[in-house]
Amino acid sequence: MSLSAKQKATVKDFFGKMSTRSDDIGAEALSRLVAVYPQTKSYFSHWKDASPGSAPVRKHGITIMGGVYDAVGKIDDLKAGLLSLSELHAFMLRVDPVNFKLLAHCMLVCMSMVFPEEFTPQVHVAVDKFLAQLALALCEKYR
Amino acid sequence: MVEWTEFERDTIKDIFSKIDYDVVGPAALTRCLVVYPWTRRYFGNFGALYNAEGIMGNEMVANHGKKVLHGLDRAVKNMDHIKESYCELSQLHSDQFHVDPDNFRLLADCLAIAIATQWGSAFTPDIQAAFQKFLSVVVFSLGSQYH
Repeated sequence: MSLSAKQKATVKDFFGKMSTRSDDIGAEALSRLVAVYPQTKSYFSHWKDASPGSAPVRKHGITIMGGVYDAVGKIDDLKAGLLSLSELHAFMLRVDPVNFKLLAHCMLVCMSMVFPEEFTPQVHVAVDKFLAQLALALCEKYR
Repeated sequence: MVEWTEFERDTIKDIFSKIDYDVVGPAALTRCLVVYPWTRRYFGNFGALYNAEGIMGNEMVANHGKKVLHGLDRAVKNMDHIKESYCELSQLHSDQFHVDPDNFRLLADCLAIAIATQWGSAFTPDIQAAFQKFLSVVVFSLGSQYH
């Protein structure tokens, strides 16, 4: 399910519009991940506080969103562009890939909350596909 | 038996008392058909669903979206017996409509997004968690009679 040229343009355009709110959306998305899917807190047992809205969660959400933005710039070859991130996730973090889908869903929820007019069904499908491709690229080195 | 906190019960009742069925139902089903195009397989008689514009303007899709959203009413009224409430509907979806139950999960995700679009920041993480827990129970129940 690779992105068409039009969908890549849609993704770049929407992420451009989103850029002033990207930190908020990143922080909110990770907060929602641990709120809606509490089992995901298992990856953050090294934090004093992994509850929704906590400082480490918000900070890490911003970091992750930064990575997503970086991936937008590499949209034409995500596998190559995310090689080292994939190695990190495969050998060090070892995050079960099912969680990428869960976080993607939370990101989509946040996008639709903050940009209800712009996050049309057409934008939704393009962004959902992009996040799925991103997740696939992150999984590349897993096995 | 699913255990619900006071907050979860209140949240579900609150959501469904405020929801605009005529907007959210169509919005959720439309998104599902656009974002997960394989779901169109179940609506062959709805006319031309080849692209987003066609789906978004389709009256049958809109009406069906309202119908499906109202299908959740029985769960709201019967939160302690959701699985039993959906026995018949589950059989129907399995034996008559032959819907892959994974599609219920996809529609539930689209419903969360449709509500988020309407409510904005009022759709807090706690409310989203309660709503998605509720939807996952309905999704499970709809799949429960498949064989």
